[in-house]
Amino acid sequence: LGLALYAGSLCAVSGAVFLYHDYCVIGAGPAGLQAAYFLQQAGRDYIVFERSHAPGSFFALYPRHRKLISINKQYTGKSNSEFNLRHDWNSLLSHDRRLLFRHYSRDFFPNADTMVRYLEDFASLLKLRIQYNTAIIHVTLEKNEQAWNGHYFLLTDQDRKNYKCSSLLVAAGMWVPNVVNFPGSEYVEGYETVSINPEDFAGQTVLILGRGNSAFETAENILGVTNFIHMVSRSRVRLSWATHYVGDLRAINNGLLDTYQLKSLDGLLEGDLEDLAIVKDKKGKLHITLRFYLENRNISAGIDSITLPQDELDNFATRAPYDRVIRCLGWKFDFSIYNRSLRMMPGKGNIKKYPQIKPSYESRGTRGLFVLGTASHSVDFRKSAGGFIHGFRYTTRAVHRLLENRHHGVPWPSTIYPITQLTNSIIKRVNEASGLYQMFSVLADIILLRENATAFEYLEEYPIGVLAELEMQTGRKARSGLFVIIMEYGRNFSGADKDVFYYNRAVGEAQHAWQSNFLHPVIYYYKHLPTEREMGLRPPDWPLPRPDAIHHIVEDFLTDWTAPNAHILPLRRFLENCLSTDLRNFFAESCFLFTFTHQKLPPFCQQGYVRMQGLLGSQELRHHAVQAGLLQDYTHTDFSGDRPHDSHDGSQEQLMRDHAIPVRPLQHLVNAKDE
Amino acid sequence: MSAQKDRWVSSLVFLLFCASSIPRSGSVGLQQEPSPQHYFSGLEAGRASLAFFTPSVPPGAQPFLEQIESSAEALQDYGISVVKVNCPKEDVSRYCGKENALRKAFLFRGNRLIREFPTDALFDVNSIVANVLFALLFNEVKYVETLADLENIENVLKGKSNMVFAYVPATGTAEHRAVMEAAFVYGTIHQFVLTTEAALLKATSHDDPDVSSAWLLFCHCQRATEPAQPCRRTALAQPLTLLNIHRHLKLMGAPLVTEVAEDPEKISTVHLQLGLPLVFILSQKETYEADRRTAEFVAWQLLGKAGVALLSRDLVDLNVLHRSNVALKTPDEGMPIQYLVLEDTDEVITLVEDKNKVKQIQEDEQEEEEEDEKENSNQDIQDDQVVEAVSRDKKRELPLEQILVLTEENFHSSLSEAARTVVLFYASWEAVSLAVLRSYSEVAAHLKGTPGVLLSRVNCWDWPGLCSQENVTQFPTIKIYKEGQQSVTYDGMWGTEELSSFILLSRVSCPLKLATMDEAEGYLRGEFPSELSSHHHTSLLGVFSTATSEAREAFEEAGNVLSGRVRMGMYFEDDALALSQKYSVSPPALLLARSGGRSVEGIALSKRSAQDMVQMIRYELLDVFPEITVPNLPQYLQLGKPFLILFSAGDISQIESKEMLKLAKGRPQQAFVACWLNLKKTPVGHGILKMYFSTTPSLPVLLWVNLHAGGQVFKFPSEQSITEMNILSWLEKLQAGLEIPSSALSEEDWKPPLPAYDFLQMMEPSVPELSPHTSPHPGETPAQHPPSSPGGASAGGDTAIREEASQESTAEEVGSPGRDLRGTAPRLAARDKQGKRHSEL
Repeated sequence: LGLALYAGSLCAVSGAVFLYHDYCVIGAGPAGLQAAYFLQQAGRDYIVFERSHAPGSFFALYPRHRKLISINKQYTGKSNSEFNLRHDWNSLLSHDRRLLFRHYSRDFFPNADTMVRYLEDFASLLKLRIQYNTAIIHVTLEKNEQAWNGHYFLLTDQDRKNYKCSSLLVAAGMWVPNVVNFPGSEYVEGYETVSINPEDFAGQTVLILGRGNSAFETAENILGVTNFIHMVSRSRVRLSWATHYVGDLRAINNGLLDTYQLKSLDGLLEGDLEDLAIVKDKKGKLHITLRFYLENRNISAGIDSITLPQDELDNFATRAPYDRVIRCLGWKFDFSIYNRSLRMMPGKGNIKKYPQIKPSYESRGTRGLFVLGTASHSVDFRKSAGGFIHGFRYTTRAVHRLLENRHHGVPWPSTIYPITQLTNSIIKRVNEASGLYQMFSVLADIILLRENATAFEYLEEYPIGVLAELEMQTGRKARSGLFVIIMEYGRNFSGADKDVFYYNRAVGEAQHAWQSNFLHPVIYYYKHLPTEREMGLRPPDWPLPRPDAIHHIVEDFLTDWTAPNAHILPLRRFLENCLSTDLRNFFAESCFLFTFTHQKLPPFCQQGYVRMQGLLGSQELRHHAVQAGLLQDYTHTDFSGDRPHDSHDGSQEQLMRDHAIPVRPLQHLVNAKDE
Repeated sequence: MSAQKDRWVSSLVFLLFCASSIPRSGSVGLQQEPSPQHYFSGLEAGRASLAFFTPSVPPGAQPFLEQIESSAEALQDYGISVVKVNCPKEDVSRYCGKENALRKAFLFRGNRLIREFPTDALFDVNSIVANVLFALLFNEVKYVETLADLENIENVLKGKSNMVFAYVPATGTAEHRAVMEAAFVYGTIHQFVLTTEAALLKATSHDDPDVSSAWLLFCHCQRATEPAQPCRRTALAQPLTLLNIHRHLKLMGAPLVTEVAEDPEKISTVHLQLGLPLVFILSQKETYEADRRTAEFVAWQLLGKAGVALLSRDLVDLNVLHRSNVALKTPDEGMPIQYLVLEDTDEVITLVEDKNKVKQIQEDEQEEEEEDEKENSNQDIQDDQVVEAVSRDKKRELPLEQILVLTEENFHSSLSEAARTVVLFYASWEAVSLAVLRSYSEVAAHLKGTPGVLLSRVNCWDWPGLCSQENVTQFPTIKIYKEGQQSVTYDGMWGTEELSSFILLSRVSCPLKLATMDEAEGYLRGEFPSELSSHHHTSLLGVFSTATSEAREAFEEAGNVLSGRVRMGMYFEDDALALSQKYSVSPPALLLARSGGRSVEGIALSKRSAQDMVQMIRYELLDVFPEITVPNLPQYLQLGKPFLILFSAGDISQIESKEMLKLAKGRPQQAFVACWLNLKKTPVGHGILKMYFSTTPSLPVLLWVNLHAGGQVFKFPSEQSITEMNILSWLEKLQAGLEIPSSALSEEDWKPPLPAYDFLQMMEPSVPELSPHTSPHPGETPAQHPPSSPGGASAGGDTAIREEASQESTAEEVGSPGRDLRGTAPRLAARDKQGKRHSEL
């Protein structure tokens, strides 16, 4: 194996020559580069295959009109680099601060050429090992008991060169255009090739098939010069600000919605493209009809013999003939290069364009094959950001961590903290973590409690779909319960038909936090790691099974969850009640009193004061605490040593009252229970 | 608490039955009679009625009429009817005819006129009731004007019945009414005596009484047999209200001392029912007579404040210490009986009086809390003293000019600017960090102008990358960076003084290599190096011969660990032997110079690891008989030994100090920490004493506190003087188990102070699929709510939530949409429209 670890080792198996690497990555797009970065950082033996001569070849062509719709926010008012990634949708993750997209473009919606340049820099500055001009045309398996996964992956490129790998990371993207076949589809132009010069459309009437961002982007480009544009697709328009899904129609492209609703001739129609038929008349105009009318006809007989819908229904909507029909139906995964033995199957239903994968991003058909990048979006299609750079940069890191644990015995990175840091560590993460924020409801921070809840272990951005396998996948133990921290939108808030601007859509009070609509942190508490079965039986639309307790931190207009009373206090109470302990902070003076009056100390005193790290506090602070009734000031106690008599009553009463304070909340709780 | 109030109410039912002033709904009220003839013919013998006569058109006595009408109900309770008789115009009889009769009210018993009242004496309900009852109870309530009159009555009553003597500043007042109402009930049992003479009040109470407030004495004349002696008197300490008088009379009627021969836990007496404590005097057959006398003495002292019972230990098997002589049972349910060892009766009385005060205060507070709870629970009220203190202080601008702000950009360049850079890593949203930042700003002011030290800070909320790069995982963290050396992390108390001292000590390398004998001597005297001359701490000097490199290396390593905490020097020149021999040790050795070199102690260094050496140095630095303070307690706690601690009101006396020091030094390997606490300097010590003893013991007080095992607290007998001998023999007895602990440390766990919002439960109705039956194991349904608040607490929470939900839905109905800014941002008060929200969608 020592030999095999070196890049480019040669293996000769049954005559063919194989170049061996532990990891092969197909595609040097954003996901492939991101994966390469982590493999390189970990010192792994890997190679990236790229069919083009440069990284990011998809972006060299697409989007056709060159405007990326991923935001590139220059300013957030904060210097926190992790937080700022929440509003940087283009950068890949790296330690190199030069490789932030805002250094490449000042545009809020940057040009696609900038992305190409960025990816080139990313590959070269980080010296990633990429083999360009290598198109993998076939992938097959070779059974071998010695191999990590019981088999090797054998890859063949266009020059019949062969490569062998233990683990295959498919970051090939989605680049095969979706094509619909119907009578007359030969008259349809594809998004891939259609002219992007508006002048070519001057005075024309255009029909666009599809209703995604590429369709609207195309329409937007020619909106001003056409007679009118009609768009047809099966489903209604889905606006990203209503669905909270970045893949739906973004406001930057929706000019046609405006002209449609303001009756400026453009329009949207719903209909199944499969039922469609297009016939061309003698003048070259394209007429819409239905497949139904063509069934018994001979098309070659000419347009005159074909029934058009308007012949029967003289106000048929698309009775006007079109000059051009453009297909903008998106892309699908290239399944063709995988040998059947890999069982790379398309998903079912609306995710059929994606290969079938598990929530761990591993192929359902082949162990050791992971799908990265936009092709891995089936895990969170129409939910989160896993199909986009700002989402899959985190899922790629998660896959890398899974692999590190599986093949190299490097457990999932974690930090161990004393229990007194529990509230803090959660507050810190929900306020700055970008992975949790972008990959909401998909990646979760996990807190594994140590015995007796005196300490905990913090794991970042674990894919919750495989929560049940946590111990096996991370090499960490969940013996004494765990917290799962994710971000969620309100369950019924988002949707194509939802009014997301209704009055009182935002919740302000902590006690109603569970009704929060906008993205907010949610903490699940489990006494035991949920089992596979429990994961399977989770309520529909729930990312996780029923917890033993749950806490919502109330949504915040500024997404700043650091308010002491509205955010931190309810969270602390939740954690305290889950752990059955008191997580308050105390000044050293209180700890001193507790030391002499209680056999047990609260964690803050136990882990701080007793270890000579007590919080003495400044004079002003202690004074404030006294004023708040949370700390007793004994300095003014007149104490002459004789028995307190009536003259003493004032101070005596004061003393007695206040002396009860440090324990009063507890007594109070006990009393409440009794009642 | 509420159960107790129920008892209260039930015990008063009979009183309220006949003497209620609470208006009854649909009450009988004022009767109307068409004419005087009609009225007089209807009068029943023996029945009292108050009548007033009025022409059909009343001539402006309207306010009086209103008062009369409202008093009708009150008087009805005493069987007195109030009648308004209409005078026909032509009627010129005695009551109707005369002009002035119309301005009077007349009290009849049967048809006999008892008294006529001018309407100006009947100004309100109190005065009407008081005056009417006063007139009717003419025989039962004696009015006296002189002391002689009072004494006469008293003498007549002696041996027969008791007397209730009341002073009211004026008749017709609320107090007067209360006394009369009580007399109506108790008039046949006790003799009531009333006066309005301030002179009489002065004669009956000891100190200067307030003549403007009423005063009631219960005179125990029934028991008084000596004609010359006045009857014993017990004053009512509360304001004169019907309830208080009733309570007082009830208490006076109870037996003075109850003899008890059953489990005191099961005993219930009038006192407990009325919310007063019950004191048990534990008695034995042999001392019964004396105990009985004691009990009676105490009972007289506590009359009206607590009940006293004599509990015979021979008859009841008590599982308490043999020495216990008093037990206290409080009316609060669930409170265990306290068994105490008290030395004199005064202690019993003080104990009870203090308890009552506390209870009074707690009751007040509890009422306040109950009110609070009705509005909202305390869940959303901050109960973290640090967080609350910091947020109360947030508007104050901190003087941070002295502290350099470091960023990812300037961090590394700044570190090279000064010889030593102190960096505080904190998070601007985190309370403990901010509390430390305040102390840090004080440190900055304190160290201003100190050369070679740069104070700086990094906000990890702004620069998370920098913080993780510097390995900062917790907030706050303070590190000291020295050029070319590894940074040192501060791990001491977060206090201004401690931190300043750490920074100052860190300026000198640890251990400091001393080059000459003079330097070494100067070092021991605290004069060298000059940077530390102002720093009065114990100095440590390691002396090594050139051969002992192993010990020297260990010492140097220990120095690294203790850097900033200890002043350490080392000397390994050729004449090291000479230096160490001066202090009668041979190298490798440790010289300890306490308090500025006045005494230098030599300790031989046997071969040790650096870790052992750190341990040893830490141990050696501890004082023999320290003054315990908040910052230094943890050092002594780590020894894991019980504390023998002397609480002193101020500095301890020379004698005590000497004796204690002798005791502490006596055994080098002490099994305990002998120390003292100055209550002036460490006032929180008062809090400790309050927890141990409900009353404050006389100071100084010497205590044995088992901090680590068992948690018992023993009090050194106050009558013994604090001498080594006495303490030793006490400790021996203590060890032999012959002493009774005076108190014990609470064993309570630190549970969550309050419950959390139970979102899971709130979500269930709106998310039915979440309900437990869809969960895979219906049998082992996970607790709906965190474990600590089972049963009642969460049930209480439920109702609160439900109530709220209903409020919300009503609010929604009336709520008007479209206010400015509504819906565009989280509402400040999001009360309305919460309930239905999600189901709408």
